[in-house]
Amino acid sequence: MTTLAEAPATPSAIAALSRRHRLRLSEALPWVIALACFFAFPEYLALGTQILISILFALSLDLILGYGGIVTLGQAAFFGVGAYTAGILAVHGWTEPLSGLVAAGAVAAALGAVTGLILLRTEGLTLLMLTLVVAEMIREGANKAGQWTGGADGLQGVSIAPILGLFRFDIYRRTSYLYALVVLFLAWLVVRAIVHSPFGRSLTGIRESVTRMHAIGSPVLRRLVTAYAIAAALSGVAGALLAQTEQFVSLEVLSFGRSGVVVIMLILGGAGRLYGAFVGVPLYMLAQDQLAEQFPIYWSTGIGLLLIAVALGARGGVLDLWDGALARMRRR
Amino acid sequence: MSEGALETRGLCKSFGALTVASEIDFRLEPGARHALIGPNGAGKTTFVNLVTGALSPSRGRVLLGGEDVTALPQARRVKRGLARTFQINTLFRGLSVLENVALAIGERRGVAGQLFRPAGRRSGVVEEAYAALERLGIAEDADRLVRELPYGRQRLVEIAVAIGLDPKVLLLDEPAAGVPGAESSIIVETIQSLPAEIAVLIIEHDMDLVFRIARRITVLVQGSILVEGTPEEIAADPRVREVYLGEPEPA
Repeated sequence: MTTLAEAPATPSAIAALSRRHRLRLSEALPWVIALACFFAFPEYLALGTQILISILFALSLDLILGYGGIVTLGQAAFFGVGAYTAGILAVHGWTEPLSGLVAAGAVAAALGAVTGLILLRTEGLTLLMLTLVVAEMIREGANKAGQWTGGADGLQGVSIAPILGLFRFDIYRRTSYLYALVVLFLAWLVVRAIVHSPFGRSLTGIRESVTRMHAIGSPVLRRLVTAYAIAAALSGVAGALLAQTEQFVSLEVLSFGRSGVVVIMLILGGAGRLYGAFVGVPLYMLAQDQLAEQFPIYWSTGIGLLLIAVALGARGGVLDLWDGALARMRRR
Repeated sequence: MSEGALETRGLCKSFGALTVASEIDFRLEPGARHALIGPNGAGKTTFVNLVTGALSPSRGRVLLGGEDVTALPQARRVKRGLARTFQINTLFRGLSVLENVALAIGERRGVAGQLFRPAGRRSGVVEEAYAALERLGIAEDADRLVRELPYGRQRLVEIAVAIGLDPKVLLLDEPAAGVPGAESSIIVETIQSLPAEIAVLIIEHDMDLVFRIARRITVLVQGSILVEGTPEEIAADPRVREVYLGEPEPA
């Protein structure tokens, strides 16, 4: 099993695999747009911040759902635990935001590792139900633990110190927006590195065929739990961002609705392709925002129609449609 | 007595009252070309699953290179040199042929868990995968997705993935299943070209293929070994003829 002696030129298949991780110019697009929006729509930065946070949340989900094939309806557990961790720390005087993010990520990762070790032995519908059950249990726990979480009234009095002692959170949400953008960018670098790493490729292998992964000697459960914990950490950071920028945490962060909507947003953009979150989340949230303004009562019908259209016409999400269109244009 | 590449001793498996493997004493010599044959439902695939660890036996032991691996999970047996192919293609259908093999090689080399290094840059894994494809004559399909390939080509990828694990023991579960007759000779040639030091066990229906490759044959009937011998002995054995010519056995 040695490599070929002196192959004349690198075959194109090898070259394609070894080039795949390199940055392409088009990957700068989301960041250029995000920065442009900061200057172009100063009055929408509150919505913009929420979109950035949801992109981070959906990006973390992409790692396990899109790449690892783990179906979950309970990702809000980690988002919410992160939000409460950062919020409760701040209420008790730990107002430094960056360490708050790290703490939130760590707590969510620990929860992900522990629950993952149990849940990820199952698959399919069983797994789906168990993720949902875990999230509901945590939500009910947060509801009951009123002296810590504020229960149904929400966690009040979250005050956050300026970032690095320099950047105060302002009412125009300029700091919030840029803070969320920088954190999202760093998280994207991490997720991008992971999906192109040997670990990330083996996750894809697990999605494609668990049986085959066992047969090539892969420690499947360990890989899945690792991915689950990493995704949990990133979801926790997203939740912490929400707590710190809203300076309030409600039980909604742990809700089934949040778990479900993030799956919808990711699939809308396209799962398992790293950029689905960057397309699906803005699309969903802007549509929701516009529809709610135009049709305050019937806006959810509009969202429903959008989803039906995607389910019927674009199973792989918007990015898949886009790829299909590009391929057709090249063939002409 | 030297150690067999693979041995089973008194291997039994039953599901409730149904016994699918009973007292199987089997030995695969290093470098063997051995076939396991038997009528439908004889327990051939069960035997493979017991050996690889996909199923755990009710009783008995499995030994790899003389060491007891009965308690080891599947992945650990692979690490000790036991590779298999599947009766029905079980590949990463959405990935390229090259990456299918590269994933196996990455696991074997112990680099597959690395988190922050680009997979394309891992030292020599992709190159080794390509070399394996060249050896099997399917390098021109390297960058095609597995699901785009004809079934017969996919059978070769199955073998390439297993070879990527650099096995000491290779179990081929009906390697020619689903392959059009004209193409099955490619499968035979591929198996014949495997490195001599690998012990190969072929589980097969196709007698023609078995007699072209195997130097020893074991016949499995109703979960236990009926007879073992050279192809000539097996061809001449009246009990084997009886089983294969379909004369009903008393239940």
